[in-house]
Amino acid sequence: MKLELIIKIENLGKKYMIGAKEPYYSLRDSLVNIFKKKPNKKEFWALKNINLEIKKGEILGIIGPNGAGKSTLLKIISRITPPTTGQASISGRVASLLEIGTGFHPELTGRENIFLSAAILGMSRQETKEKFDQIVEFSEISQFLDTPVKRYSSGMYVRLAFSIAAHIDPDILIIDEVLAVGDANFQKKCLGKMGEASHDGRTVLLVSHNMHSILSLSTRCVLLSKGKVVKIGRPEDVVRVYQKDISGDSSGKTDLVNAEHYGDQSARFTSLDVRTKDGSPLFATGCDMEIEVVINANEDISNADVQTIIYDENYNRLIDANTLTKGYVLDLKKNHQAKIVFSLDKVLLKEGTYFVGIWMGSFANHEIDAVLYATSFKMEARREDTLYASPYPGVYVCEYKYQVQKNQIKNFNKK
Amino acid sequence: MKQQNYTTTFIEIKPPKAFVGIDLKEIWQYRDLLYILVWRNVKVRYKQTVVGVAWAIFQPLITMVIFTVFFGRLIKVPTDNIPYAVFVYTGLLYWNYFSTALTSTSDSLVSDESIIKKVYFPRIIVPIATTVTPLVDFLVAFLILFILMVFYRFMPNFWGILLLPVLMLITFMTSSGLGIFLASLNVKYRDVRYILGFFIQLLMYITPVIYSASIIPDRFRWIFYLNPMAGVITLARDSLLHHLSLDWTLLAASFGISFILILIGLFYFRRTERFFADVL
Repeated sequence: MKLELIIKIENLGKKYMIGAKEPYYSLRDSLVNIFKKKPNKKEFWALKNINLEIKKGEILGIIGPNGAGKSTLLKIISRITPPTTGQASISGRVASLLEIGTGFHPELTGRENIFLSAAILGMSRQETKEKFDQIVEFSEISQFLDTPVKRYSSGMYVRLAFSIAAHIDPDILIIDEVLAVGDANFQKKCLGKMGEASHDGRTVLLVSHNMHSILSLSTRCVLLSKGKVVKIGRPEDVVRVYQKDISGDSSGKTDLVNAEHYGDQSARFTSLDVRTKDGSPLFATGCDMEIEVVINANEDISNADVQTIIYDENYNRLIDANTLTKGYVLDLKKNHQAKIVFSLDKVLLKEGTYFVGIWMGSFANHEIDAVLYATSFKMEARREDTLYASPYPGVYVCEYKYQVQKNQIKNFNKK
Repeated sequence: MKQQNYTTTFIEIKPPKAFVGIDLKEIWQYRDLLYILVWRNVKVRYKQTVVGVAWAIFQPLITMVIFTVFFGRLIKVPTDNIPYAVFVYTGLLYWNYFSTALTSTSDSLVSDESIIKKVYFPRIIVPIATTVTPLVDFLVAFLILFILMVFYRFMPNFWGILLLPVLMLITFMTSSGLGIFLASLNVKYRDVRYILGFFIQLLMYITPVIYSASIIPDRFRWIFYLNPMAGVITLARDSLLHHLSLDWTLLAASFGISFILILIGLFYFRRTERFFADVL
């Protein structure tokens, strides 16, 4: 494949002014304040001196902590907001998916919303007509096509939105985290569809917190931090650098106010505490762990299954502890708080960094709140395991014994 | 076949200049989106009101009946022997379009903020689509006017009918010009829409909707006609109902002022447009 340059970004920067004031002004206040001294405004560079070259057919993963400028970069390339300095040249048709169900109107039916959303995402009417049947079939909601989307379950809504997204066919596709919602099987189907299209030379820019999808999809990866490019290169290398960064502040109580939450937010996880049962500051293979979550209900919720999940460094799901398996679902009245402590006995994970995610939802499709990789902890090897040799790679251990049967030792050379 | 409608094969993204003109070619490329937004507005409007399409008929009709009873029968507003119902309905036809279009256009950028913040397209499409939408109501109300004339056995002037599209164009330019200006202002100053309701109500009293422009003393008339809607409604009645010859000066003046309004609207829009996504 010929690798021609499709996006060239030079010295790109974006400055915001943060004032002491609220985001919206009123004409009345502005007229009254016309003679007053202007409040001091602070400069804030969301992006600074970004240089990037993206070639045709590349799938570029963009990762970084919250506030690193990932979304701002996507918004500039999508032409939603202009840069303050520098420039970007793009050759080709761009479509941006920064939200699930862009342009959906709740009063309109599924059929009508397909045409509306497709047009907003940049598809022509002719194109939409041609792909209509494919979109409907892919979404698996054909019997609800003439129902207003306000009556859809959140699962159906996401399916329809995804199907439209998966069928737009631009030269450059810009995706911001939208793949993080929806049920896992359907997500896989969409990723498959998108991966398929990239074989035809489509370029994809993908922002995600899901390291697993970054690793499995992208061909190159950029790590942004505080508006600057920290590292660029092979996805494995860049993800590793990023993980080292975040596992620096591991364990202890995590405040989830500024974390990225998914779900309908009728209730929210407010804090997460991952600790050892005996209060030791060190997690070691085989220790008893406790994971404590605090949930605040913004609405009445019922039948919620609360889960905590432990992932390995490659974001493989290793362990989950949930209330539903034990026959309990949470009912919580509006403005009430619940605290749930999971006790995990003898966690036999090998040394390494592990991530903890939390999830709460009722039934399969209704997600109330989720924080994907809310915190991490570092598991140390037990002392007895390091006495004679440094640990071998792997994730799990189990308690094992060995026995050498001395009376069976014999010289097999002897007849 | 893949349609290349939206293709801009090469795009340069740079810090914005102080002023940029309107890219008509790009708007033409996005005509499908304009069409679909108008279609959405019409659908949503008629789905949300209980009586649906009938609303487009009832609203001007009921207003006309009330005005006819109070201003026509009781106050006896002079109309030069034209049935007051036909007289006031001709005015209401344009006025209703103007006030609906202006109100919804001023609100358009804020109510479509979700797509403005998530996708690129020429932003001007949103207010234009919103100004076009009430044309559907206008056409329905227009048919009622002729039914009304048949009912009152009133014979309209034929070339007056030919003038109606021109007057519609002036009304469209006035409401879109003002609407685009206010919509851009509303992005930053969210109290504009509250002030606007009051402003439109006042404007109706200085526009000859319920009375005839002939009651205005001659020396104040030029001030009165600075309002292009005053010109539009007067011209509509003169040509359609009064069988008077066309007042070219008034037509040219109304057209000129509405043209200035649309230029001001577009100018302010283009100056503020690039920061919409940051402010909204």
